[in-house]
Amino acid sequence: MDQFLQLLVAGLATGAIYALAAIGFTLVWQTSQTINFAQGEFVMLPAILALAARDLLHLPFWAAAMLATAVFLLLFGVGFKRFLVDPMLKHGVLPLAIATMALSILMKEGAKDGYSAQAAQFPSMVPEGTFSLLGAAVSLRDVAVFVVAIAAIVALQLFVTRTRLGRTMQATAQNPTVARILGVRVERMILLTFLINAGLAVFASYLISPIYLAKFSNGEVIGLSAFIAAIVGGFNQVRGALAGGFIVGLVDNLAAAYVSSGYRTAVPLGLLVVFILFKPEGLLGRREERTV
Amino acid sequence: MKITFAAALFATVAFVVPAAAEDSVKLIDVIELSGAGATAGTNWKNGVDLAVAEINAKGGILGKKIDIAHYDTQTNPGNTRAAVQRAIDEGTYVVLGPVFSGPIGASMQIAQKAGVPQFVGGEAASLTKQGNPYLFRSSLNQADAMPKLANWFRDDLKAKSVAIVWVNNDFGKGGRDAMIPELQKRGIAVAADIATESGQADFAADAIKVKGSNADAVFVYLNEEESARFLRAAKQQGIDKPLVGETTLLGAKVIELAGDAANGVKGHVGLSVDAPIPGFKTFSDAFQAKYNYKSDHNGIKGYTSVWAIKTATEKNGSFDREALMKTMHGFRISPKDVPGILIETKWNDVGDVDRESFLAEVKDGRQVITKVLPMINP
Repeated sequence: MDQFLQLLVAGLATGAIYALAAIGFTLVWQTSQTINFAQGEFVMLPAILALAARDLLHLPFWAAAMLATAVFLLLFGVGFKRFLVDPMLKHGVLPLAIATMALSILMKEGAKDGYSAQAAQFPSMVPEGTFSLLGAAVSLRDVAVFVVAIAAIVALQLFVTRTRLGRTMQATAQNPTVARILGVRVERMILLTFLINAGLAVFASYLISPIYLAKFSNGEVIGLSAFIAAIVGGFNQVRGALAGGFIVGLVDNLAAAYVSSGYRTAVPLGLLVVFILFKPEGLLGRREERTV
Repeated sequence: MKITFAAALFATVAFVVPAAAEDSVKLIDVIELSGAGATAGTNWKNGVDLAVAEINAKGGILGKKIDIAHYDTQTNPGNTRAAVQRAIDEGTYVVLGPVFSGPIGASMQIAQKAGVPQFVGGEAASLTKQGNPYLFRSSLNQADAMPKLANWFRDDLKAKSVAIVWVNNDFGKGGRDAMIPELQKRGIAVAADIATESGQADFAADAIKVKGSNADAVFVYLNEEESARFLRAAKQQGIDKPLVGETTLLGAKVIELAGDAANGVKGHVGLSVDAPIPGFKTFSDAFQAKYNYKSDHNGIKGYTSVWAIKTATEKNGSFDREALMKTMHGFRISPKDVPGILIETKWNDVGDVDRESFLAEVKDGRQVITKVLPMINP
């Protein structure tokens, strides 16, 4: 029982980070109807940028993290939309999806050659240690990661559903043509969506890098898990990505403990296949029909 | 005028380049500079480069400067095979590397078939059991280290049960397969036998399983980055039993990556810059000055491999690969004669290396040597 409780908490913490990354998939999907295959690298890069700023510019870590956040939001929030999504989307969603694949390789190799091929320690922004819960020693960091990630997602939900700007953004995602007729500055709303995606990636990066260590290849694991989470939960719903993140995090940890580490990736992939076959819209997603 | 200049340039290229090539000996290092083995490979490469710089500054080998090149295997067995073949095609005198046992096992037959000696950093017991006379280790065979560790579990830690966490590659499986019988011979039960994956990022579930096993001690046999991740996860999940490893777990890079979580880790180390051997201190200072970080055991392996090649070649008096292979079997080098070898080292008839080794503990973020163990066959 103690072991199960510990696995549950660890799974929820991992799942919360997957959810942050998975929400990025849904945001890009809602605004551009495409899949950002560089989403994992979006989560990998902010931590590397922060370490590079600390090491190369000799900044204190907090200043390096702030600088890295600003640079990342500029490059992969504004820049991603202006210089990749906008020009490529005119040619259809497939060229855009391929372009994000190229971006993913570029980000990964850039991090490797520009910073290091080796893993690096990344300072934890949440407290460490253990505390007792129902007789089990539960990781304080896991709980803190869970709480911080959930707080970020709740804040996003409140923004989207309770503020005028958020509702306008949502309306733009649902029907940009009507939104434009109603006087919404659609381009600005889409830009805001990409900035939020970049911001969530920064959050996920700073939370997961102390656990995984900062490394150029981290995006592969995170990107795959978040992609599965988005499919399982529902690609077109933020709450679906949230649910999917938790499910994948839990399945991942329970599979590692009760099946084997070798199959920990295979079990969520099996789940993905099941959902694609029997519930392609995902657990909480909407059915979408498109003319092709 | 242009024609005269071109002719002069041609003459320079035609005569000077071959002359330069003859003045040097080519060594190609096939090594993990990215992928899961990047940490180990980068240390090895830097150790090799340091030795090459020192040897070249002293006139090279038999008067020829070493011309070193490094090919990145990306820790991929297929790439390693291609890189070893390329190194042989380009006329390398010896193949240096790789460090990971899996890629070594996948590529060593290529060098053997070509009759090119290969100096590797791998520890898997299986490597020198395959009858390849051209293969030479730079580190202890893991099968030699496990009995020492098993004694330690029984005599010092008084462990009745041990949980084993190992990486599912040639290195990890070899270590696990060598350790389990040694534990059983000493009446120590294996409380948990946990396989993990190379490059694995999240060790929370594995640490929780170890904790749930209630073992008296934990034997951790993973590669560098995974070792650090496991130690951090073990701390997060509140594992309070002794964590014991072999060389890698107590390496400088693991200690750096794991931070506080490495404190208290114990184990056996084959090579360590912290060992009370004067040569290691000299090497460590030079490495630190050149690369601005502390070398781990892989840096020492790369460094001493180049010095071993130089010493054996100069003993032979020629760059004869066959003669080098024969000389290395049963070859013994003392730091009194060759300071670059750092510690008294002997190669046996299958290419395994024998030297003193050490028991160590991590205290306050530093590896502290607690005991020096003698050579197996002095």
